[in-house]
Amino acid sequence: MWTAVLAGAAGCYLFKLAGLSIPDRVLAGDRIRQLAALLPVALLTALIVVQALTSGPRLVLDPRAAGLLAAAVAVLLRAPFLLVVAVAAATAAILRALTG
Amino acid sequence: MDRTSVIRASIAVGAATGAYGISFGAVSVAAGLSVAQTCALSLLMFTGGSQFALVGVLGAGGGTAAAVAAAVGLGSRNAFYGLRISPILGLRWPRKALAAQLVIDESAAMASAQPTPELGRTGFWATGLAVFVLWNLGTLAGAAGATAVPDPRVLGLDAAAPAAFLALLARQVRGRRAWVVTLLAAVIALASAPFVPAGVPILLAAGAAGLGLLGPPARLGLPRRGAPDRSDP
Repeated sequence: MWTAVLAGAAGCYLFKLAGLSIPDRVLAGDRIRQLAALLPVALLTALIVVQALTSGPRLVLDPRAAGLLAAAVAVLLRAPFLLVVAVAAATAAILRALTG
Repeated sequence: MDRTSVIRASIAVGAATGAYGISFGAVSVAAGLSVAQTCALSLLMFTGGSQFALVGVLGAGGGTAAAVAAAVGLGSRNAFYGLRISPILGLRWPRKALAAQLVIDESAAMASAQPTPELGRTGFWATGLAVFVLWNLGTLAGAAGATAVPDPRVLGLDAAAPAAFLALLARQVRGRRAWVVTLLAAVIALASAPFVPAGVPILLAAGAAGLGLLGPPARLGLPRRGAPDRSDP
């Protein structure tokens, strides 16, 4: 785990430093800018579905999915960030408590 | 806006992010990282989306390489913030090395939202430092708190991370192309999950971003210039 922590931190730092250091024109290409905007979208989506809908190699529907649904409603209602997270956690916790 | 109000706004942003840091600390410990590892992430990585991604992949049983790739992939956007604000900051070595660690969503937003470069510099440093201090304090509090809970699932903490990602995603999805990428990424990740090691579906889904560039050029949901997303250090 420490390897992942340190290697990940180093990689993220290098990107931050690169942005401040390299001349703008290197990354000014339209395609690269578009890719940079779309990459977080793809990664975040994948993280959402994997963490809410899978358990190891299996696809599952459990209280996490209900939590995600509740979070989606909160997002649509423009709830602040923390409230979105709290609503999801509370939904999953309550469902678990009810279903034992 | 004068200097005082920029600093005041910076501290407010830091406080909001610090509260979010509490949830990161709790989620990270729930994913199986130690308090020390969790705090090291907030100190050294210091970019929220990447931190959540790293602990998410590790918590799901993913390998080191997959976890690092997901985290660094998400962190790559900070390079573009750096490009945008570097003319405002006008930094030289070795200060640049220090400033780089503070290049995150919030500090970039505050720097580029100011009317003058001088206020922009104030916004960058004040926000960067306020978020750094409060994000790390929040992380420690959340991590220490979560170790007191025997099973984090009882508190629904395993549902907290996907919700956090969803809130971040909601600010990023603008335009038809971004929606197509969202759909593709979800399908790729779910379809591959049963067949490849944990963490790998996320990397495969990253390919959806590349696929999104194919086809006719469309109006793209690029984040508005000068207003990167808030609430993700």
